[in-house]
Amino acid sequence: MPSLVRKLVGLVGFLLLWEAASRSGLVSPKSVPPASEVLARFVGLFADRKFLVDVVSTVLSWAIALGCAVVLAVLLGLVLGSVPVLRAIAMPIVEFLRPLPAVALIPLVISLLGTDAQTKIVLAAFAAAWPTLMNTIYALGEVDPQLADTARSFRVGRARTFLTVTLPSISPFVLTGVRISASIALIAVVGTEFLAGGSVGLGQYAYVWGTSGGRMDVVLAAAVFAGVFGCLVNAGFSLVQRKWVSWGPEGATA
Amino acid sequence: MLDVSGLGHTYGSGDKAHTAVGEVSFTVEPGELVCIVGPSGCGKSTLLRCVAGLLEPSKGSVSLHGNAVSGVPDDLAVVFQDYSRSLLPWRTVAGNVEFPLRDRGLSKAQRRDRVAEALSWVGLSKAAGKHPWQLSGGMQQRVCIARALAYRPALMLMDEPFASVDAQTRADLEDLVLKVREEADMTVLLVTHDIDESVYLADRVLVLSGSPSTVVETLKVDLPGPRDQITTRGSETFVRLRTEVAQLIRH
Ligand SMILES: Nc1ncnc2c1ncn2[C@@H]1O[C@H](COP(=O)(O)OP(=O)(O)O)[C@@H](O)[C@H]1O
Ligand SMILES: [Mg+2]
Repeated sequence: MPSLVRKLVGLVGFLLLWEAASRSGLVSPKSVPPASEVLARFVGLFADRKFLVDVVSTVLSWAIALGCAVVLAVLLGLVLGSVPVLRAIAMPIVEFLRPLPAVALIPLVISLLGTDAQTKIVLAAFAAAWPTLMNTIYALGEVDPQLADTARSFRVGRARTFLTVTLPSISPFVLTGVRISASIALIAVVGTEFLAGGSVGLGQYAYVWGTSGGRMDVVLAAAVFAGVFGCLVNAGFSLVQRKWVSWGPEGATA
Repeated sequence: MLDVSGLGHTYGSGDKAHTAVGEVSFTVEPGELVCIVGPSGCGKSTLLRCVAGLLEPSKGSVSLHGNAVSGVPDDLAVVFQDYSRSLLPWRTVAGNVEFPLRDRGLSKAQRRDRVAEALSWVGLSKAAGKHPWQLSGGMQQRVCIARALAYRPALMLMDEPFASVDAQTRADLEDLVLKVREEADMTVLLVTHDIDESVYLADRVLVLSGSPSTVVETLKVDLPGPRDQITTRGSETFVRLRTEVAQLIRH
């Protein structure tokens, strides 16, 4: 609990600073409206039908993108992590594609797929797959050879060794990867919406209010919403990790 | 029962070749407890891994019940030195003991009985529901021993099983092995670098030379049973044997 208090102290302090900076004119209130106004606007968002439709589109796209990214990355990671020859062939390609900013690919994917939801799903899945892929490959290399030997010495079959030794061993790393992928997918979805004109979603909502009316309070309120959503998702993953894939005394594993 | 002949192993090849086991031959008869003792790094683990079928020896052969061993044989269990890394941390004690029993065509009830029996042999019935990290090192190694016992192997291989526990726990575990070996009627091949331990436990001690190792001597241990940490270790025969082993290793 004290850690929650500490976190709240930090958050409240930040909001107070923001409020003061904006009210005193230290930053232009037109660009950065006071925290209190943004928070009031944030509450008001939930009465805006357009906003709710946009949120549903963003969250759904995010979930689909993350789901696809995780399934593909884990499967590919398992293959690359288990077959050294394939890994040697594939790693240079991975190292080339991984740092490519997904945003830079937006025009390409729009010209291929249009501006509907498939574009942001494809881009977000692409951007989000890497951490899960890398962690899966890494985790396979870290499976304790002593455990593998133990299974082998008891003649536990390959399939069952995979299910009962390998999968539980790698799950903490993989889940950490998925957690990072989840944040990246959200950034990529909202970013694509922002840049893909005429699309539906949180990013486009912020874009329209920001450019046509200069309504920074709405833009920031939408940003706060995305931030809160991201935090909740992250907290959810932490909870799953603590409950299901941490063994040992409190906080001893990844 | 176990027949090892002319076994040798070399790691790597060319310039980096390192011969860990020179040429080792010995047999183990049913019901025997044989200790292999040798200095650290002389290739004891390598030898045991070859016997267990975990490692293909560079030369020589291993046969169990007269059948040549290739791959891991069916009725053999290994207890490793590193107990904490041999247990599945996400499973309970009972779950770990049951782990190798799944593929053995046993019913659920049979598996449960075997787990309960093995845990009672090692005195861990009360800890069945705990996880490995909740146990001391000695208790974790007892779980590994219980797991090997529940598997009902014809031959139990132990690689320095007590090298990572404190002296008192070590003495307790040594007596535990002597006890369960009687109760479960087990044949044991145990590897150790500890001369006293080898003499205390064994019916027969094989003394290995330094790397690349060969068997320098086989000593029959004619200490009366049941053995006792204080009286056995104080006896004249014990002292004579341990001195003999020590001198053999020195050379
Ligand atoms: N996988 C391996 N690859 C190369 N050398 C090894 C390997 N395992 C052990 N060795 C070497 O073989 C020798 C014997 O090792 P080991 O069998 O573990 O000895 P012991 O168990 O008697 O201490 C050591 O010099 C060790 O460095
Ligand atoms: Mg060793």
